[in-house]
Amino acid sequence: MSQDTLFDKVWDLHKVSSLPGGSDQIFIGLHLIHEVTSPQAFGALKDKNLKVKFPSRTVATVDHIVPTDNQSRPFKDNLAEQMIATLEKNCLEHKIRFFNIGSGNQGIVHVVAPELGLTQPGMTIACGDSHTSTHGAFGSIAFGIGTSQVRDVLATQTIAMNKLKVRQIWCANKLSNGVYAKDLVLHIINKLGVKAGAGFAYEFAGPAINALSMEERMTICNMSIEGGARCGYINPDEKTFNYIKNKSCAPKNEHWDKVLTWWKSLKSDENSIYDDVIKLDASKVEPTVTWGITPGQSVSINQQIPLLDDLSPNDKLVAKEAYEYMSFKPGQSIKDTPVDVCFIGSCTNGRISDLRVAAKVLKDKKVSDNVKAFVVPGSEKVATEAKQEGIDKIFKDSGFQWREPGCSMCLAMNADKLTGNQVSASSSNRNFKGRQGSPSGRTLLMSPAMVAAAAINGKVSDVREFIN
Amino acid sequence: MKSEFTPPIGKITQINGQCISLIGNDIDTDRIIPARFLKCVNFDSLGESVFEDDRKTLKGNHPFDLEDNKNSSILVVNSNFGCGSSREHAPQAIMRWGIKAIIGESFADIFYSNCIAIGIPCFTLKKKFIEEIQNYCDNKFLFLEIDLKKSFAKSKDMNFNLEINESSRKMFLSGEWDATSKLLEHEKLIENKFYQLPYIKFNTNFL
Repeated sequence: MSQDTLFDKVWDLHKVSSLPGGSDQIFIGLHLIHEVTSPQAFGALKDKNLKVKFPSRTVATVDHIVPTDNQSRPFKDNLAEQMIATLEKNCLEHKIRFFNIGSGNQGIVHVVAPELGLTQPGMTIACGDSHTSTHGAFGSIAFGIGTSQVRDVLATQTIAMNKLKVRQIWCANKLSNGVYAKDLVLHIINKLGVKAGAGFAYEFAGPAINALSMEERMTICNMSIEGGARCGYINPDEKTFNYIKNKSCAPKNEHWDKVLTWWKSLKSDENSIYDDVIKLDASKVEPTVTWGITPGQSVSINQQIPLLDDLSPNDKLVAKEAYEYMSFKPGQSIKDTPVDVCFIGSCTNGRISDLRVAAKVLKDKKVSDNVKAFVVPGSEKVATEAKQEGIDKIFKDSGFQWREPGCSMCLAMNADKLTGNQVSASSSNRNFKGRQGSPSGRTLLMSPAMVAAAAINGKVSDVREFIN
Repeated sequence: MKSEFTPPIGKITQINGQCISLIGNDIDTDRIIPARFLKCVNFDSLGESVFEDDRKTLKGNHPFDLEDNKNSSILVVNSNFGCGSSREHAPQAIMRWGIKAIIGESFADIFYSNCIAIGIPCFTLKKKFIEEIQNYCDNKFLFLEIDLKKSFAKSKDMNFNLEINESSRKMFLSGEWDATSKLLEHEKLIENKFYQLPYIKFNTNFL
């Protein structure tokens, strides 16, 4: 059992009671909600005649269902309109702060909370969304929950949960030029597998992690869940504190000094005990692309799609399913695979630094005629910043469509969908069957820079050929 | 969809029913219930859409469409079942189709806790036993009687010791798997915690 890790410290700090049966009652410091997984939770509160216990600890925004072309109300999609209206009503009724479209702070919940300074070290953070692990980048313990647990957090500010084990993933050396956080996390998931993280929190550590910016760290923690780990985190450091400083919801003045002293004490001890430690060499990671139907099925840009015989017995079943669904032959190169749609956005890679990197690749280039390319900023703030820097213009000049913020084609709950068996190069997080809105649509996950390169060439390409 | 759905309440000690086998590793929650069905403000109509895209692809040959399986209530799956999205809509859809318990090689964490929260016990069994059940289900009906007190499943031809997380098992036996009321019992402790937490004390600008 782990001892003296950041996870242990934050867990212990938030433990309210031991429940009969062995799970713990954990206080949730920050609760984030959105329109998709909260309506039934509010409904359950009503059924049970319960109130929201601490309305100030819940913050809402709208992201999953929002259209990215025309956001005027009512939405064209009646069901989407009903969902946003329900969230508006619930927030009003329960006095929950809601960042609506046009507020300047709306966006994907996991982009918005950090940029407001809501996400802070040492907190427990829960949200009815599996990518809540994103917030672990700040040294918080953050995890996705289902709607019944959203109800529990609303009613009690706590949830019942079994303590997770802790696996440290030590990333030695540094990423090389043209290789990004997305490549590293895809590499980690490929090496460990998509279910290795079940029952674990992942602590990402080592020189390669320390060298990452806060936004890159969010990309890493965001995809912990794709490796099966409900929670992923990074010990906070000066970069973390500098990122939060002066954000609108960050502590100010004498409160800042006090909280900073506390934050600085928050990290895994040097001699802390982990349930497991994995070490890998980040300098060996290359631009990585998924070829299959799980985020673990990936190869480096210059590798071939694996042969069945090269895979472990456990991986063969889903590999066979993947070859068939993706219409790929074992042994085929991933490079030069034609793509139909290029999507840059999502809670994994829809932040300003992602847009900057992609824009650098796209500058003075044109998107291939065969490709529909669009970029969806992660939030209204990201969109504003991008416009101030002229990044929107670079995207538009290259042939990318510039859209309004939301989750968009990461999960295709709005009108942004693949059709038929189109292939998308996507900066999002899941390549599951049907994930991007067409039951036969095919998704290749990669970094935003790699999506930009694929858009220009109309096929999967090595972005290092564009930037070196 | 079968007879009208009634959600489980109270103690769950025994589950008897016919098994339905669904073969495949890493079956994610997008496949269990595609995202377009998440555009709803209640869970009521999800049962009919469970595995919608997989079922359409298999044109009537998906296990959830086979006539022989229509009265099944125990789902038998392989490893990492329910990975991906945290949508509780996934177990809700499975439950509203008629499933009352799931036996698998392994489950994804969030899916597992969602199942527990809505009253679907999830048991694990070693791969070879799961395959034994799935092979059996290929050509015969398997009716299992699951006893939660003993974590034991028996049938005419085979018996299994099932594994289940001890805290989940106890919650089902005591009827306390619906956590809200249990959590509310500690209201004073919750309030104390609120006032103790450093970031709440130091952070007047939070909202």
